[in-house]
Formats: sequence, C-alpha cells, structure tokens
Amino acid sequence: MTASTASLSPSVAALREKFGAAITRHAVSCGDTIVHVSNERAHEALAWLRDEPTQRFDYLTDLTAVEYRDVERALEVVYQLRSIERKADLRVKIELDKTAPLVVDSVVDLWKGADWLEREVYDMFGVRFRGHPDLRRILMWDTYAEGHPLRKDFPLRGHFSRAEQTRQALSANPEAQYSLEELSIAEAYEELPADMRERLRRGERGDVG
Amino acid sequence: MGLTVSGAVPEGTEVSSISPNWVTTKLDFLTNWARKNSLWPMPFGTACCAIEFMASAASRFDLSRFGMERMSFSPRQADVLICAGRLPFKLAPVIRRIWDQMPQPKWAISMGACASSGGIFDTYTMVQGIDTIIPVDVYVPGCPPRPEGLMYGITLLQKKIEGETIADPDLRQEHLVGEHGLFLPANRIDEISEPFGNSVHQTRSA
Repeated sequence: MTASTASLSPSVAALREKFGAAITRHAVSCGDTIVHVSNERAHEALAWLRDEPTQRFDYLTDLTAVEYRDVERALEVVYQLRSIERKADLRVKIELDKTAPLVVDSVVDLWKGADWLEREVYDMFGVRFRGHPDLRRILMWDTYAEGHPLRKDFPLRGHFSRAEQTRQALSANPEAQYSLEELSIAEAYEELPADMRERLRRGERGDVG
Repeated sequence: MGLTVSGAVPEGTEVSSISPNWVTTKLDFLTNWARKNSLWPMPFGTACCAIEFMASAASRFDLSRFGMERMSFSPRQADVLICAGRLPFKLAPVIRRIWDQMPQPKWAISMGACASSGGIFDTYTMVQGIDTIIPVDVYVPGCPPRPEGLMYGITLLQKKIEGETIADPDLRQEHLVGEHGLFLPANRIDEISEPFGNSVHQTRSA
C-alpha cells in the first residue's frame, strides 16, 4: 500500500482538485498511474494536463483502445501521456458505454500526432472522434465493409466468406487508397502543374462507412 | 528468349496435342532449354521469406547459377513471379496486376507457408494461399524455407519447363479475373481457404 501510494503521480491530486467528480477513479498498476476521466470533460482535462505549467504533458506517447472479454465492462480509450521536461508519465482512460454510440472528442488539436492514432482506433474499434480533420480507415481499405476487426464480436476470419473477401479485394483499386494529405507534396500542391493536380485529384478517397 | 515458339512454326504445320512430331519435340527441347536456364525472377517479397530470398540471391547460394542473374523489378521483363511472404487482401489486387502485366511465358513460385496456404494467419486480413489470386506452378514449403529449399523449388520449376510442349494448346493460356470478379470459381476458393491443422478447432465466430 505504501509502495503504491508512493508511486502515485501527483497529477492525480491536481486533477481531482481541478475537475472534481469528472475524475471517476484512479489506480496504480506496475508503477504507472492510471486516471479515469468522464467522457464529457475528457478533452478539457487533457488540454489542462498539456497546458498547465505544473503538468506540461507535452507528448502523446500513444493513443489506443481496449475492449474486454467481459461484456459488461466498458470499452476504454487510452491516452499515454509523457512530459518530456518533467520526465513524468500519466495514463488517462475514458470509459465508453458500449450500448451507446462510441464518440469521444478528438485530441488532434492538442497533439498533432493523434491524427493517425485516432484513425487507427476508429478503424479497429469503431470509436468516432468528434472534430477529427480526416477520420477515415487507415489499416483496412476505405471500402472495407465487414466492420471493426478488433471488436470482440468480430469473428477472427471476418464476416464474409473467403470467396467474397477475395472478390472484394480483387475489385479494389490500389491507387485509390491515398489522399493528398498523405502525399509529401501536399504543401506544394498549389505550385504543381495543372495536369498533375488533375491526376492527383482523380485518385480520390472513398466514403467513410 | 528471342526464339518464340509461335513464330518458329511454319504456316500450315499441323500441330496436334495427341501426336507431337519430330519438329515440335526438337523445337520444344530447344526453347525449353533456353527458357529454363534464363528465368528472370520478379521478387514479390512481403515478409521474412524475402530475407531468405535475398540470401538465396546473394553470393553464398547464388541464384545466378540457375540463370536467374537478373532480378527483374519490372514485371514486363520478368519470367517467374516469386511471392516470398504472406499476402494480405490489401495486396491481392497488386499481385494480380503484376501477374497480368507479366508477358508469356510466365510462371509463379509460392515461397513459404503463408504464400502457399495463409500459414498461421487464418485471419480476416490474409489471403489463404496466393493460388486463389494467381495460378501457381511450384509451392515451396517452410517457414521460411531455407535457400536450399527455394533452389530445390527452382530446379523443380526447371523440370516442369523441360516437360512443356507446344502441342499443348492450354499451356500459354491466360487465366484472367472473370466477370464474377474472381479467377477461380467461388466454391473452389472457399474450399482452398478451409481451415486446416490447428485452426480447425477455431470456429468462425471465435
């Protein structure tokens, strides 16, 4: 008990003082502090953790999600924060009720690196990020219709038959996977010759299902 | 590879699949000898098998001894497609396009367990054997196969080429993706992709 209290991050007390009931619970696991924040005030709390001079969590190490085998347990969105200056870590979790639509606020406005991480969580778990600039699938192709593969109700081999999966794969256009944003020349787009711009424009993305 | 069979047979020569004659057998011998000793591989390396493939191509094992001197990184100058590694569904249209871009005569080697059968990856992302996407001539088992294994596969392919004959009308036939969007019948693909080994204990819903 003493050991776990000793390794508890001081950020928890500061968060509780600032956000009160929005900090639902906290725990220490293997020396790492985990804080659960309610979905409504999560973005506010994460912004505070980044900007508050005593916290300065300026680096988002990872953003992911967990779904547990136990169906009653909530799906969690996990933020692993790091303060490079203070050499401190903090894990923040948001619990999402699986019976309701899975929506959280995007943190791309706080940490730019969250962009692809949030797309991956959307792709694999179907969590939607409110305010994300370009929420599309990132690992599976845009027209993938079988669902979100890392959900527990997703069968290992997918929903469709192998022949149907093969048919859909063979009918895909590999060039349609890329968006302008992903091309390194995106910054120089306006300076490109007109015909090249036209060619780039035609390789457009599909719709997000 | 300048000598092509169709150009070398004089107009009016009767070629029958039942009775290959003196001209065709001598021609077959010559073309097959040339072809089997100058196979230019198109390496399609997607995983750890590609590392073994690189070892096979490097000095210790030296694929050049089999006439595979030149790696052909353009499918248009390639004779044999070597799929070294697992093939996800996302890459299926890519390998299919590369195969379609290769000119005849062409062959395919499926290198390793994953390319041949999906291997341990009996999952939602993985093609269960590239033979559901393109026709395959030689399967090389192993995870990954050692360079000796790949070289054995190549010698088997050379043996197969030795046995080819102009008298076979289906030999150089293209197997294109049909109107139903597949290159094999759908039930055939489902049959090939059936789980085997340990994964039969895993239900589709698990």
